[in-house]
Amino acid sequence: MIEFISQPWPWYVAGPLIALTMFLLLYFGGNFGVSANLRTLCAATGAGASCDFFDFDWKKQIWNLVFALGAVIGGFISYHYLTIDHSVQLSQNTVDALTEIGFTNPGAEYLPPEIFGMDKLTSLSGLAILLIGGFLVGFGARYAGGCTSGHAISGLSDLQLPSLIAVVGFFIGGLAMTYFILPLIF
Amino acid sequence: MKYLKFLLAGIFFGIVLAKAEIISWYRIYEMFRFDAFHMYGVIGSAVVLGIITVQLIKRSKMKDMYGAPITFNPKDMSIPRYLFGGILFGLGWAMVGSCPGPMFILLGYGYLPILVVIAGAILGTYVYGLMRSKLPH
Repeated sequence: MIEFISQPWPWYVAGPLIALTMFLLLYFGGNFGVSANLRTLCAATGAGASCDFFDFDWKKQIWNLVFALGAVIGGFISYHYLTIDHSVQLSQNTVDALTEIGFTNPGAEYLPPEIFGMDKLTSLSGLAILLIGGFLVGFGARYAGGCTSGHAISGLSDLQLPSLIAVVGFFIGGLAMTYFILPLIF
Repeated sequence: MKYLKFLLAGIFFGIVLAKAEIISWYRIYEMFRFDAFHMYGVIGSAVVLGIITVQLIKRSKMKDMYGAPITFNPKDMSIPRYLFGGILFGLGWAMVGSCPGPMFILLGYGYLPILVVIAGAILGTYVYGLMRSKLPH
C-alpha cells in the first residue's frame, strides 16, 4: 500500500479525488475556490480601510483559510512521508524544449532551480520573475472572479459559460507565456 | 471543531495535488505545450465527475451537513472580465507554474521562493481591488 502511495498518482486517481474535494467542501457548507483566500488575506490585514473591495465580513471565510493551511500541511506530509523519488517523468518533447531554452536536468525535482532556486532570492531578475508571476495570478484570478479551482473545476462542473470563457483566457495567456515570453526570459 | 474538517480536507487536497505532480512547474509547462495527457486527464476527469456531482446535488435538492440547501450562484455574464482576467491569470500560471492552491502546497514542500510568488499574488489581488472600478467588467 505504502509502495503504491509513494508512486506518482495517475490522472484517473487525482481527477476524481479533486471532484471529491469539491463535493466535501460543498457538503461542509463551503465551496471550492482557493484564490478567494488571497482576497480574505487582504481583508484580514486591514485592506478594507483603504478599499471597499476588501471591506467585507472576512471572518465568514476563515474556513477557506483553514483549508489553505491544510494544503500546506498536505504538501509537507507528501514531501516527507509519501514520496521517495522526487523527480518528474516528463515527456521527451518537453525535456528537449526546456533544454533548448537553457534549463538543465528538467524534471530532476518538482520545481526548476532556474526559477525557484534559493539563489533567486538574492537576484533582482530572479525576484522579479517570482513576484510578477505571482502578481499576474493574483490580479487575474480576482479580475476573472476565480482561478483553476473556482472556474475550471467548480464553474465548469456547474456548466457556467463565464467559467468556460475564463478557462479559454487561461489558455490564451498560458500559451503566450509558454511559446513567446518564456523563451525571451530564459 | 468546526474548522477541523476543513483542515483535513485541505490536507487531503494538498496530498492529492502533490502526489499527482500537479504542483510541479514542469507539468504546467508540459500541459501548455500539449506534450502529455496527464493534466488534461486530471482536469477533465475532475470536471466530468464534478458535472455529475452538481447535477445530483441539484436534482436531489441535497442539503449540506448543517441542513442548509447547497446552492450554486450563477456568475454574471460578461466577456471582457473573464477573458482579460483569464488571460492575465494564464500568463502568471505558465510563468511561475502554480495557481493559488499549489502555491500553498509548495510552501509545505519547503520551497521558500514560493513565498515571493504568494506575496505577489496577494499584492496583485490588492491592486485589483484598487483598480477595480476603472477596469472593464
